[in-house]
Formats: sequence, structure tokens, C-alpha cells
Amino acid sequence: MFKAIVKVTLKKKILDPQGKAIQSSLHNLDFSKLSGIRTGKNIELSIDEADLERAKTLVQSACGKLLANPVTEDYEFDIYDGTGISVLHFSSQGKVGAVRESVG
Amino acid sequence: MTHKVGVVVFPGSNCDRDAFNAFGSVLNQEVEFLWHKDTNLNGAEIVVLPGGFSYGDYLRSGAIARFSPIMNEVIKFAESGGLVMGICNGFQVLVEAGLLPGALLRNANLKFACKQVYLRVETTKTPFTSGLGQGQILKVPIAHGDGNYYADETTLKSLQDNDRIVFKYSTSDGEITQEANPNGSILNIAGIVNKKRNVLGMMPHPERASEEILGSASGALVLKSVIETLN
Repeated sequence: MFKAIVKVTLKKKILDPQGKAIQSSLHNLDFSKLSGIRTGKNIELSIDEADLERAKTLVQSACGKLLANPVTEDYEFDIYDGTGISVLHFSSQGKVGAVRESVG
Repeated sequence: MTHKVGVVVFPGSNCDRDAFNAFGSVLNQEVEFLWHKDTNLNGAEIVVLPGGFSYGDYLRSGAIARFSPIMNEVIKFAESGGLVMGICNGFQVLVEAGLLPGALLRNANLKFACKQVYLRVETTKTPFTSGLGQGQILKVPIAHGDGNYYADETTLKSLQDNDRIVFKYSTSDGEITQEANPNGSILNIAGIVNKKRNVLGMMPHPERASEEILGSASGALVLKSVIETLN
């Protein structure tokens, strides 16, 4: 049994108007040193699967099918074991059409 | 000759009755609602995915409705050449389902846009615009928060090269300007068709501009085109 936290964000080349609005509000509040604000979605889930690789494949497939829109969004996720430690990180970001992943 | 129009009802659809009225009472066609859990189209010759906020727009507009049971039938119908019209939320469902390319992002100014706009007909080589004139101006309402059409450069080029951009937001004189663009859509795109030209997606609401009492009847011309194609 694992848990995962999926982070979905707009691809970098796509304007994030919410991030832009938040940034201008921060600047109005004198947080002028804060910039590059981008927003996203956080999706938590439990995975009824004992094998880490299979758990990863499952989450990846859920992201590809429903959780993220590959046309406009990137996603990354961490998988956590029962003690709450991240045992795997995956990111769809990187070169066009390529996926970059790292197991930690 | 009357034709059978199926209007899909998702939980959260709210323009299903407008579509029913426009095709039924205004254009005297046989109209039937199709519940999103249905698994057949009951012989519909035209399928309408109406506007609204299916599943509360949760996750992304159209993302959950796209997996409703009826969508398997809609996809099969579209692939076999059947006429499908996605209006507003229906357009969002069609891009999520992969029946049309691109995506509909949050309006660039973050505001929900609810007003009358002008559309310029960019091509008459579709069943939805064959009864219209090239460059004809239509006055129809929009009502959406996620209508900012986006497609990558390759997709955009293919849409242009294959004459698949159907409507653009314009001024009342038919000029394509930034001011006439209500949501930030790339190239002022308001509606597109698929490669086979039998699936239309558009953010504006022709069904809500079907009678003069509603402020404009020019939207009905789009619906009439589809019916005449079948005659």
C-alpha cells in the first residue's frame, strides 16, 4: 500500500493567468522579490498495490488518461511508503515528447 | 423532411433545453434527450453535446464527462461520419475526448465572459456552415470561463492548411482584432472541425441565438445548415 501526491501544472510555455494575477497582488503587497508565480493542482491518492513499479505504472497511467491533459499540462508525482517517506519521484517534464524520471 | 436530433444531457448541462427548443420548436425537427448513462443514440442523425458545467467543471472542463458511458457511442458515431456538434462545454468535452485537437484554457483575463459576440464564418465547406456565406457575420452569445482556445504550432498549421477553422471572433464589420477576442483564443478561433469535417466544436451558443426574441436569430442558420446537409 502506497500513497502518492500528484502535482499537475500548466506547461511552462503556456501562460498561467492565475499565477500572473497572484504575482501582481504579491507585488502590490510589497513582495517585490517574489516572481515566477505558477499555480497548479495537488491530487492525493492511496494505491492498493504492494509493488512499487506497478504502483508507479498505475499512477502514471491515471495521469495520462485523466488527471492531466497532455496537450496543456505537465505532471509529476511522489510515491510514499507506509512511513511517509518518498520512495519514488516521477516527472513528465523535460524535452518534447520525452519523460524524465528518477527513483530515489 | 424532419431529422432526429439527440441532445446529450450530462449532470450539470444547462443548455440542453435551449438546444432542444432551437432544433425542436424553431426548426421543427424531432429532438430527444440522451442521458449520459445511456449506451445508444436511439437513431439520432445529429448529436449535440450542449453547454453547461458537466460535473461542475471539476478537474478540467469536460474531463470527467468525456468518460460518460454515452461518449463511447458518440465517439463511434463520429468516427463513422455521424454529425456531432459540441457547443461550449460540449466543445470542451470533444477536445478532452480527442475528437478535436487542442484545448480550452482559462480565459486570458480570468473573467467569466457572458455577452453577445460577432463571429466571422471562415469556411463554408462544412455541414455546419454550408448554408452560410464565406465571411458572413453572425451575432451569438458566449458564456464561459474556459474558452481560450489553444493548440501547438503544428496543430494550428494543420487547422489552417486544411481549412478547419470554422468561426473566428470578429468585430461587427468582420475585422479580426484583439479587442473582438473575448477570451484570448489563439488566432481568435471560436470554432473548428475535425479532419473528416463531421465534428464541430464551438464556444459560442448558436442555439441561444435561434429567434429574434432572444436578441438574434443568426445562430439558427448554423443549425439549419446541419439539417439541410441531411436532406
